[in-house]
Amino acid sequence: MPAIRLIVNGRTHALDVDPGTPLLWVLRETIGLTGTKYGCGAGLCGACTVLLDGEPARSCQISALQVEDVSITTIEGLSPDRSHPLQTAWLAEQVPQCGYCQSGQIMTAAALLAKNPAPTDADIDRALSANLCRCGTYPRIRRAIHLAAKGGTR
Amino acid sequence: MSATRRDFLKSGALAGAGLVIAFHAPGTAPATGLAAKDTLAPNSYLRVAPDGTVTVMIARSELGQGTSTALAMLVAEELEADWGKVRIEQANPGPAYGDMSTGGSNSIRSLWKPMRKAGAQARELLVGAAAVRWKVDRAGCRAASGEVVHAASGRRLGYGALAAAAAKLPVPADPALKDRKQHHIIGTTPARFDAPAKVDGSARFGADVRVPGMLYASVAQCPVFGGKAASFDPAAALQVPGVVRVERVGDGLAVLARSTWAAFRGREALRVTWDEGPLATLDSAGIRAKFAELAQQPGQTTRKEGRGAAALAGAARTLEAVYEVPYLAHTPMEPMNCTAHARPRACEVWVPTQSGSGAHQAAARAAGLESGAVTVHMTLIGGGFGARHRQDCVVQAVLLSKAAGVPVQVIWTREDDVQHDLYRPATYNLLRAGFDATGAPIVWTHRIVAPGIATQMGFLKEGEPDWSSFDGAANLPYAIPNIEVELITHDPGIPLGWWRSVASSQNAYVTECFLDEVAAAAGRDPYELRRELLRDKPRHRAVLELAAQQAGWGTALPAGQARGIAVHESFGSFVAQVAEVEVAGDGAVRVKRVVCAVDCGTMVHPDLVRSQMEGGIIYGLSAALKSEITIERGRVVQGNFGDYPMLTLDECPTIEVHLAPSGDPVGGIGEPGLPPIAPAVANAVAKATGKPVRRLPIGAG
Repeated sequence: MPAIRLIVNGRTHALDVDPGTPLLWVLRETIGLTGTKYGCGAGLCGACTVLLDGEPARSCQISALQVEDVSITTIEGLSPDRSHPLQTAWLAEQVPQCGYCQSGQIMTAAALLAKNPAPTDADIDRALSANLCRCGTYPRIRRAIHLAAKGGTR
Repeated sequence: MSATRRDFLKSGALAGAGLVIAFHAPGTAPATGLAAKDTLAPNSYLRVAPDGTVTVMIARSELGQGTSTALAMLVAEELEADWGKVRIEQANPGPAYGDMSTGGSNSIRSLWKPMRKAGAQARELLVGAAAVRWKVDRAGCRAASGEVVHAASGRRLGYGALAAAAAKLPVPADPALKDRKQHHIIGTTPARFDAPAKVDGSARFGADVRVPGMLYASVAQCPVFGGKAASFDPAAALQVPGVVRVERVGDGLAVLARSTWAAFRGREALRVTWDEGPLATLDSAGIRAKFAELAQQPGQTTRKEGRGAAALAGAARTLEAVYEVPYLAHTPMEPMNCTAHARPRACEVWVPTQSGSGAHQAAARAAGLESGAVTVHMTLIGGGFGARHRQDCVVQAVLLSKAAGVPVQVIWTREDDVQHDLYRPATYNLLRAGFDATGAPIVWTHRIVAPGIATQMGFLKEGEPDWSSFDGAANLPYAIPNIEVELITHDPGIPLGWWRSVASSQNAYVTECFLDEVAAAAGRDPYELRRELLRDKPRHRAVLELAAQQAGWGTALPAGQARGIAVHESFGSFVAQVAEVEVAGDGAVRVKRVVCAVDCGTMVHPDLVRSQMEGGIIYGLSAALKSEITIERGRVVQGNFGDYPMLTLDECPTIEVHLAPSGDPVGGIGEPGLPPIAPAVANAVAKATGKPVRRLPIGAG
């Protein structure tokens, strides 16, 4: 198989994978970054959201070949020590329940805040409405994003 | 599950099924087998290390409900631990822990006493060790914040320094437990132990397990319930790069590959001829029609007050309605999965399960080994809601690992999850009410036609009515002199499972909506009528009044908006909710605000109660507004979140939770937040439109 070059969280990986493999599985099984989750395989739930050059994308819908030389950021690359304002806000608001969707929620929120440092409720609705959470952490996600916009701590 | 859910729903009898502290003689290894030198481990629930760290063993599943944090609080309270030194560790299933089923909102209720007792045992030992060390009367010593203090001399020693000596003392069988007025950890809101790993991607769920040399497997099952693979041709599947082998497993076929993606692609390429079996002609319309036909006959009476249904004959006026709910899937975000490494004389399993003990038994059977040769590691779990009591994924992984001779991770696709779930039953409900000449309700009859979960699982004695169908209906709390609740159990064959709040998930909707119809027929405000009929039910009434007051019941709302109210008791807790909805011109329903009042008796962790109320409401809103599993040609029509949608963030109402613990015994919190939301919303929609909502999801017609 041809080698594919992926730049993930600032590190370059030369990988022997079927180039049609969705990025999700390359991240999870080839590189070993399991923070990005499989939820639906159809781009419907957002659990697999990563950033591609800063834009949120569904890694289950993009082949590894399509993102060669693109800067890929996963939840593991958001900060080295849980210090990103979203992460501190998430903990301050005690957002996670089961936690499975949370990487995707946080990455989507990170892309929102990077563009819009002070989002309104309507902005959050627009950005996060396609990230499903079965446990029902939505009210706390909303609060945590507002808190993150103010620095991430109370 | 070995013990029936009924056991732990009704009596907390789980303690009798093995949640006894595994005592052992001083100096011998504890049941957990992890006692390092100089560590105090007086029972299977905790250990105190020489550095003062307290490790609490969690013998339940952390599904996101926060039970691991709350269980640690119970131990820490009695131990007088320094909370900053408390850690948790997931217990592996084994004889020390008995039944580890996590359901029925029962973890705190079943371990309320054992975990506190475990902490108290360690506390007494540490105090005793300090008294010996100081050669003082132990009555002059007390435990506080991870230390033993001798008041008279001012001496103090940390638990770590005392652990080795304490471990040599005999474990007290029945240590005194604190009075609730002395609680200073129970009732507070420490941060969840599981949260940090869930914000940086380091949390390990079942699907994140990696074992050297493992293969990934995807299992094709017959799309028709009860069908099986008749013949298959693996050639095309085996040509997919990365696919290693194709195996029969159970009634289906597994494709094993070097990556999940290759397994999925191999499965798509696999050619299978299915023997669809006897359910191949089943469809939802036929199921509904059969239910309606059966509802014309009397059923088994599960409750009778006064003259029951016979009193209808003497009523000045009667009212009749039919309520229906659909089959529902659970759709936790993490699809079913299990990783197993079966070897000739040992088997290791990693699984996100709601029943570690059930997984242990299932794995041992599948491996053909004694349970002592099987180790089950319970991983973090990407949502349960009742879906993860089943063990078929464990069996698949063990059998496939045995066949392949390497570790195997089985992962279901979302479509597998939606189409091969164990479903919340569809039910059909015929209700009648009778009024006296003054308009007061004097008769209530409710005939339920339903497939029974407990019936299907073989949990009932001969002739026993199926409580998994009538719970939440037969215990109607209202003071109506004549009540009769009947049950007709009829099973079309769709596999059934425990779905968050079980029968209360539909019966709260049915009964609380019909009560609103009764109020309307009597010309009464639905809140005021409830208050009156709950005169002998102070806990129902208290939460009802609190929710109504906080919601501003009776105050004006803009045109097109209305409020609905509902109250329900389940799993030992009482919850009332008021929903404010807006109904658009095209009938689209938007829930804008939910006010929730909850009395769960004694509260361990108020913020976890809040989060479970929020979660129960949102899970219930998906069911009330969106979810329906339909059957055509014996198979589920829906397949993924596109056609089995859930509530999204932009649709999520403002939720206000008001905590009103009565101080009664500790109640459940994982499920009780769900039952009132569908009727609160449906009653609001009925108020806004003038038309009762007699079928879910709202808008289903």
